[in-house]
Amino acid sequence: MWLSDLALVLASSDGPPGLLPARQQMAVSLGWHIILACFGVAFPTMIYVVHRRGIVRDDPVALDLAKRWGKVSAVLFAIGAVSGTVLSFEMGLLWPGLMGRFGDVLGLPFAFEGLSFFVEAIFLGIYLYGWGRMPPRRHLAMLIPMVLAGIVGTFCVVSVNAWMNNPTGFELRDGEVVNVNPWAAMFNGGVWLQFAHMWVAAFMVVGLVVSGVYAAGLLRGRNDAHHRLGFTVPFVFATVAAIAQPLIGHALGMRVHDTQPAKLAAFELALTTEGPAPERLGGLLIDGEVRWSLDIPRLGSIIARNSLDAPVPGLDTVPKSDWPPVNITHLSFQLMVGIGTLLAAVVIVYWLLRWRGRDLLDNRWFLRFAVIAGPLAILAMESGWTATEVGRQPWTVWQVLRTEDAATMSTGIWWTYLGVLVIYLGMTVGAYIVLRSMARRWRAGESDLPSPYGPPGRERVS
Amino acid sequence: MTLASLVAAALFLGVIAYALLGGADFGSGFYDLTAGGDRRGAELRGLIDHSIGPVWEANHVWLIYILVMWWTGFPGAFAAATTTLFIPLMLALAGIILRGASFAFRKYSATMAQARLFGAIFAGSSVITPFFLGTVAGAIASGRVPKAGYGDRVGSWINPTSLVGGCLAVGTCVFLAGVFLTADATRAGDVELAETLRTRTLVVAMVTGMIVFAGLYPVSHDAPTLTNGLLTHASPLLVIAALAGLAATVLVYRRSYSVARLAAAGAVGSVIAGWGVGQYPWMLVDEVTINDAAGANTTLAGLLIVVAIAGVLVLPALGYLLWLTQTEAWTRT
Repeated sequence: MWLSDLALVLASSDGPPGLLPARQQMAVSLGWHIILACFGVAFPTMIYVVHRRGIVRDDPVALDLAKRWGKVSAVLFAIGAVSGTVLSFEMGLLWPGLMGRFGDVLGLPFAFEGLSFFVEAIFLGIYLYGWGRMPPRRHLAMLIPMVLAGIVGTFCVVSVNAWMNNPTGFELRDGEVVNVNPWAAMFNGGVWLQFAHMWVAAFMVVGLVVSGVYAAGLLRGRNDAHHRLGFTVPFVFATVAAIAQPLIGHALGMRVHDTQPAKLAAFELALTTEGPAPERLGGLLIDGEVRWSLDIPRLGSIIARNSLDAPVPGLDTVPKSDWPPVNITHLSFQLMVGIGTLLAAVVIVYWLLRWRGRDLLDNRWFLRFAVIAGPLAILAMESGWTATEVGRQPWTVWQVLRTEDAATMSTGIWWTYLGVLVIYLGMTVGAYIVLRSMARRWRAGESDLPSPYGPPGRERVS
Repeated sequence: MTLASLVAAALFLGVIAYALLGGADFGSGFYDLTAGGDRRGAELRGLIDHSIGPVWEANHVWLIYILVMWWTGFPGAFAAATTTLFIPLMLALAGIILRGASFAFRKYSATMAQARLFGAIFAGSSVITPFFLGTVAGAIASGRVPKAGYGDRVGSWINPTSLVGGCLAVGTCVFLAGVFLTADATRAGDVELAETLRTRTLVVAMVTGMIVFAGLYPVSHDAPTLTNGLLTHASPLLVIAALAGLAATVLVYRRSYSVARLAAAGAVGSVIAGWGVGQYPWMLVDEVTINDAAGANTTLAGLLIVVAIAGVLVLPALGYLLWLTQTEAWTRT
């Protein structure tokens, strides 16, 4: 599949030499950064809950969790600041055709995002320095600007992507961009649902990754209040998010039908317009034919159109030159839906059983699943972004700017792509080593580890 | 003053802030690099860690601010610069990534070998990053970025003005950091360390001062438009830069470090502002003016709103953070 799509992209590309590596590099950078961004968005809320519990109930276990999570989020924030800087360089270096022509249309949300990032960084610093230096209630309140900045930041970044799917706020006159209204571009028709989808996804990812860490501890027999609380708080957030997410996704899918039928057709692997349409599970498009798919009658219409027999548009309604890479779009979309459904089912089962008086935290198979649920949530999110981004091709700005016209004409992008791969691999390994060594030192009884943005530890490593 | 000039001024304020705050951080990497072996350099490295710890992330924000203001306010000129100056921008970016990540990792290193590796990466990339950013400034100021983009990919940033710009950027960063670190060491009561740093800072001050004024000679042949601006409407700033730089050096010599910090910041700020004023009204020198490069007026107004909100929201919070970092913790358990 990868090879055939790759061949397709290569064969159909009369575009600049930078096109393919620029797309790959952007995908890697964004896909990597989004994981850290999730922590910046969702983690402060969870820290707020445990910290508040620690103060209100005078619970040292909860306070200790808040302290540790604050330091972990500082490490992740620091690395995320670096990868975020990379992205702002790449916008110009890889996509001059987009930024040069539409910079003043799409740029304003980026400015607000930069502002909220700054606010979050400052309040993270205040929070880390606040332990023992501020009245407890005021210290706790310092998390609220971080939560709000996370919301604004998510909205702004997603707003730019939503604009690329639903371009508004300008007119084209003989190829010239005129009548620019950046506010209309920022609050385009697609932004609210896309924002909700991503914001909730951040809570799924962080909730399941963090609870998975404590599930791993429980599996190793560290069955104490610390691990149970560390599992439960993020898991509650993940539960709400995992149940809400399919509903939001469904609403968003219906919007895609109205605004980007070609994308929906690729999601559904629909070659011809059918009503009622089946849901094709799996399957590949090979030489113009769908193979190896499992068709469930009517389900396609229900999922995509919220109706028993409404037609789902097929790729036959779109000129072949405007088709997205169908197989990647289809499979990544279904991977996202499949994992999302599985996660929603598992959280529901957990709480149903707990309501019936059975706690799955004593069940090793459940704990094992909880450990991999975090990576699964990340995989679902990455698949979702792959589906929507690849599904938008060959357009960078939907039906306005083709990707080959947005990409840089520079040669040598394969080299920068290679550099990015090496650097990101290094940062991943580094982050893993640092976080693991923090966990070990905490377990060994050290309580005063230093952190970026935070005050120096009492014992100095220099 | 047009809306475009206001946005350009706000953008350039970001450049000055980055040169001062980020510059001091970049420069401290030079002292880390030259601190000596593990044992001998430990004290100085500890001081560097302590000095840039609380604020080091802020500097990424200034850079992001500059880029965002540039591509939103002046999209065409931005694309022209990124396509022409692809190589130095990529190299500066690589330096920023390695620096930021390795600084964070060094802080957590469990073993000496890890700390040494991350420390070396941190220090080396701190020095090369400002150099490449300086070459970018030199390329723009000497009129080597064509309006349509995709200019000479090598010659645009390997030329007399760019090389002066690169050396100047490194020199000012190292000078600023030297003054700041000496002041910090004195405040921490470490006289011996302060004396070592004082000597180094004085040497750096001489070298940097020489680069600034000796650099004017090749620049005057290589970048006539900029030179003309520097010698006419920007000349007061150059005079201020010279006086402030001299004052900072004398103050360091006389061990009045906290006042020296102000003078040093004034000197570096004037040099950077001199560049901006010197190339006014050009956005890309000899190619496109600020007014012609500007994007839509509605967007420019939106950007000024963001800047105003930032002033109201960010500055008090930042002040509170800095105050908090100077406050002692209540308990020492």
